[in-house]
Amino acid sequence: MAMSQSPLTEQQALYQYTLRMADNALILGHRLSEWCGHGPFLEEDIGMINTALDLLGQCRMLYSYAGEVEGKGRDEDDLAYHRDEREFTNFLIVEQPKGDFAYTTIRQFLVDVYNLYLYTDLCESKDQTLAAVAQKAIKETRYHVRHTAEWVKRLGDGTEASHEKMVTALDEVWRFVNEMFEMDEVDQLMLDAGIGVDRAKIKERWLTKVDEVLSEATLQRPVESYTRRGGRQGLHTEHMGFLLAEMQYVQRCNPGLAW
Amino acid sequence: MVEQYLPLWEVFVRSKRGMDHKHCGSVHAADSEQALQYARDVYTRRMEGNSIWVVEAKHIVASQPDDQQAFFEPSDDKVYRHATFYDVPADVKHM
Repeated sequence: MAMSQSPLTEQQALYQYTLRMADNALILGHRLSEWCGHGPFLEEDIGMINTALDLLGQCRMLYSYAGEVEGKGRDEDDLAYHRDEREFTNFLIVEQPKGDFAYTTIRQFLVDVYNLYLYTDLCESKDQTLAAVAQKAIKETRYHVRHTAEWVKRLGDGTEASHEKMVTALDEVWRFVNEMFEMDEVDQLMLDAGIGVDRAKIKERWLTKVDEVLSEATLQRPVESYTRRGGRQGLHTEHMGFLLAEMQYVQRCNPGLAW
Repeated sequence: MVEQYLPLWEVFVRSKRGMDHKHCGSVHAADSEQALQYARDVYTRRMEGNSIWVVEAKHIVASQPDDQQAFFEPSDDKVYRHATFYDVPADVKHM
């Protein structure tokens, strides 16, 4: 295929690129926050919500920057609370319902490890703002991985019941993982500009780390079967609309409300 | 529901370099790594510290209320053991 001129400008690609990372952080953080007051016990409840708050903090920095790059005067709240489902660009994996604690744990672990290498590489970005966001986020992410990896091992190598639940959760979530490593036009443009990361390189390290923890947890990585994709094009699973309805409710009813 | 309680761990946090670790509370956790993580999550999320110790509560040997007389009362009339007869220079902190 002949190289065709990309219809995207670098500014448009940077906006999309930043927005996607913000959407992933917001939606994953929201799913985690659904455990608030429902954690398996008090200490873990607080621990999970700390992570949810870290993700919320990351999405705020990214939304603010996306709004700035876009240049249409939209702020973090406009982007988080006044866009519709088809305009959200997060991966399908982060919008899946929280499920049981095994599902939440394995999904969080897989995305935490992805974030670990994403932010590690993004620290080298030529875009000063993204590099600064990554440098802040990487510290938080290292802790998130440490926390969820412990739980994967504890549950996988725990009782027969906890092991079974982890096997089921892993099988259930696996069809969503590969979307995180697919490069599209926006990714390529950002990579060529020295701003974005190479997802193939992230995947290599992701697999090594995931395999290492799964093996300690006496769990096996499922074989890659087929990949569900579409999040970045705004084609979401049936759960996304319900999530947004709840998350955006207050701002939709009272636009601009502050407290 | 958790019907069986996890072991209790006592948490000590050092607020600043050079200061000592102070007892600040306790957490339930299955092992030392988890206890350390929960201590971090529960007690240091508002910049309270830069170092944490955790110790399983069962390893702490404590004096009992019954020990009061034998342990502490004998020192009541020995004020000379306190260094109160010296002027502490103004620059000395945390005495």
